[in-house]
Amino acid sequence: MARNRALSAVAILATASVLAACGGGDSGSGSGGDSGDGTTLTWWHNSNSDPGKAYYEKVASDFEAANPGVNIEISALAHEDMLTRLDAAFQTGDTPDVYMERGGGELASHVEAGLTKDISEDSAAEIEKIGGSVAGWQMDGKTYALPFSVGVVGFWYNKDLFAQAGITTPPATMAELDDAVAKLKAAGIQPISVGAGDKWPAAHYWYYTAMRECSEDVLSDAVTSKDFSDPCFLKAGEDLEALIATDPFNEGFLATPAQTGPASASGLLASGQVAMELAGHWEPGVMQGLTEDKQGLGTKTGWFPFPAVEGGQGDPAAQLGGGDAWACSAEAPPECTDFINYLLSDEVQTGFAENSMGLPTNPAAAGAVADPALADLLTIRDEAPYVQLYFDTAFGENVGGAMNDAIALMFAGEATPEDIVEATQAAADSE
Amino acid sequence: MADDVTARTTGTDVAATPRDTAGAADRAPRSAAPAARGGRRGLSSAGRKRAEIAFFTAPALALLALFVVVPVIQAVRYSTYKWNGLGPMDDFVGLENYTQALTDDVFTSAVTHNLVIIVLSILIQLPLGLGIALLLNREIRGRSFLRVVIFMPYVLAEVVAGVVWVLLLQPNGLVDSVFDGLGLGGLTQLWLGDPDIALYTVMVVLTWKYLGLAVLLFLAGLQGVPEEIYEAAQIDGATWWQVQRRITIPLLGPTIRTWGFLSMIGSLQLFDMVWILTGGGPANATVTMATYLINQGTDRSLYGYASAVAVILFGISLVLAVIYQFFVLRRDNEAAPRPRKVKR
Repeated sequence: MARNRALSAVAILATASVLAACGGGDSGSGSGGDSGDGTTLTWWHNSNSDPGKAYYEKVASDFEAANPGVNIEISALAHEDMLTRLDAAFQTGDTPDVYMERGGGELASHVEAGLTKDISEDSAAEIEKIGGSVAGWQMDGKTYALPFSVGVVGFWYNKDLFAQAGITTPPATMAELDDAVAKLKAAGIQPISVGAGDKWPAAHYWYYTAMRECSEDVLSDAVTSKDFSDPCFLKAGEDLEALIATDPFNEGFLATPAQTGPASASGLLASGQVAMELAGHWEPGVMQGLTEDKQGLGTKTGWFPFPAVEGGQGDPAAQLGGGDAWACSAEAPPECTDFINYLLSDEVQTGFAENSMGLPTNPAAAGAVADPALADLLTIRDEAPYVQLYFDTAFGENVGGAMNDAIALMFAGEATPEDIVEATQAAADSE
Repeated sequence: MADDVTARTTGTDVAATPRDTAGAADRAPRSAAPAARGGRRGLSSAGRKRAEIAFFTAPALALLALFVVVPVIQAVRYSTYKWNGLGPMDDFVGLENYTQALTDDVFTSAVTHNLVIIVLSILIQLPLGLGIALLLNREIRGRSFLRVVIFMPYVLAEVVAGVVWVLLLQPNGLVDSVFDGLGLGGLTQLWLGDPDIALYTVMVVLTWKYLGLAVLLFLAGLQGVPEEIYEAAQIDGATWWQVQRRITIPLLGPTIRTWGFLSMIGSLQLFDMVWILTGGGPANATVTMATYLINQGTDRSLYGYASAVAVILFGISLVLAVIYQFFVLRRDNEAAPRPRKVKR
């Protein structure tokens, strides 16, 4: 027994030293393998299918060729995966060097925790070129990320069904929208699909009525002061309540998902079961994935902006939107900013647009957008007096989540305009 | 189980020399041998025995501590802070997270839903499971096939089953078509989309999913009822119903009580099926404590608040488990008429 014990002790020591040797060997080869004095940039993005994936691989190798000694390690992740892994990465401090920021409250908490690099100086030229779209990624006059794709939300509609119901011009005011809903119903067509099961698609309605009711100053103040006492926020709820009262939505909309499966809000529009849906620039791509012929609505696809609200203080041309931006983590090597500047260059953004990967923010790439519906959107976006970042993103997960929950309750007839403002204010006050 | 371990370790220990090791291995099946040795060695072995128990359970205890006890303590600590998961945790708020949770209408309705699910699970699955078990315990044709059919849903992964049910239950989906085909088209509902109905729809799916476990446990319990008692009852002229009511069900008591415990704990922690079917909606009609924790806590980066909710969930589960243990299961554990019951 004594000898056995001694033996096992030796065995344990041996195992431990082998493990230690492995660990040491790993780190040794890790630093030695990267071509001597080179730098490695880790880059996480969500273009995990072609053509986007291949395009980004090419972009990275072009950058490596132009900058000898820089090595870029790409992780192409599915969108939801990327968000989960980023959350975990931020909590453990093991962040990738180049990653996606969606701006607003999320960015604010990253900046407060000192996790995101200030790129105001290193990217000054790009920031100027992009112009107003970069505002969602700025805090206290400093810029933390470069938006590479910014889209806007509006109504996507089925031109054939509109014609069938005798609607000649897309509605431009809420009264006209009500009229269109009535005509569609009379023609036996479900007017609007909404993925209220996922909450945010429902919330977009309130965001828009708030943007139409509230002036830009009130909204931008609200983002910083988190004060929702202005009466325009109540009016926004009343407008939405009035719209919901016309019963315009698809059957079972409270449990309808936004874009997963043929019974989702996007699926219903794609298969011609409803006439319109309020959604972002991603909609044509989503619909293509939900139809067997991969065409979505094809040539029947139409788009009109959220209607104006009579008597509202807001500019009817203002658009709700959001997008993705490239950011560098605080610990990233200096080459990181060179790389994200390169990602925003005329050349890379043009290729980005040609591959229909999003709505480019570099004006030089605007002409390269191939899809006609997206090209229209781009014009609307660039002509908008301002693009309001989605409220839930702008206010952060906590306030935004409380707001979305309350709005979804209004769709179920269980919340009043006051409830939405109160729930939002309560969440804001608790911060 | 613990007795087994002690017996075996004592045996090995006594075998201090290689020669004895071989001998002990030979003797191991004879349980009397180690016991006799233990007796001969007297008091000094008691401390030794304890040390050995400690030694051999240490790895398991260390894992338990690392993955269960420490996280629970950590959760209690987090729950007293306002913390978004990023940066230092320095905003101590005491019990504020707890008062916020307990005064939140959505959380209290989540607790109510959990309690409703506990009660309905037992009210529905107990008679149904017992009936099916009694039926399948008889010699009927296709018995093993029926057993497989009943047990199948329990084996399916929750998420897979949930996704399939979402497809079946969507408006104009298969369930609606079946109702239409039966001429009951007027009875179709927005199964998952109507706040008044969604919880009961979820309940139906849960029954479908977990009835198999109840039936399986009851069937196993029925195997433990001695044949002679049935024969005696038959000789006394008891009817089939009398046999079931007076003999089978009382003797199945320990199994039923254990199943009740499992069912209760499962209902309290219910998450996956609800998350897939409704995500807690529509209008919070099906929110449970666990979905609330994810939806209002971690999805909003309120890690302190989420921890407080988790601690409340832990507390409620613990209290109910202890009460159940004390009032219902104690009899079974003390008397232990058939130890197999406890193990199962």
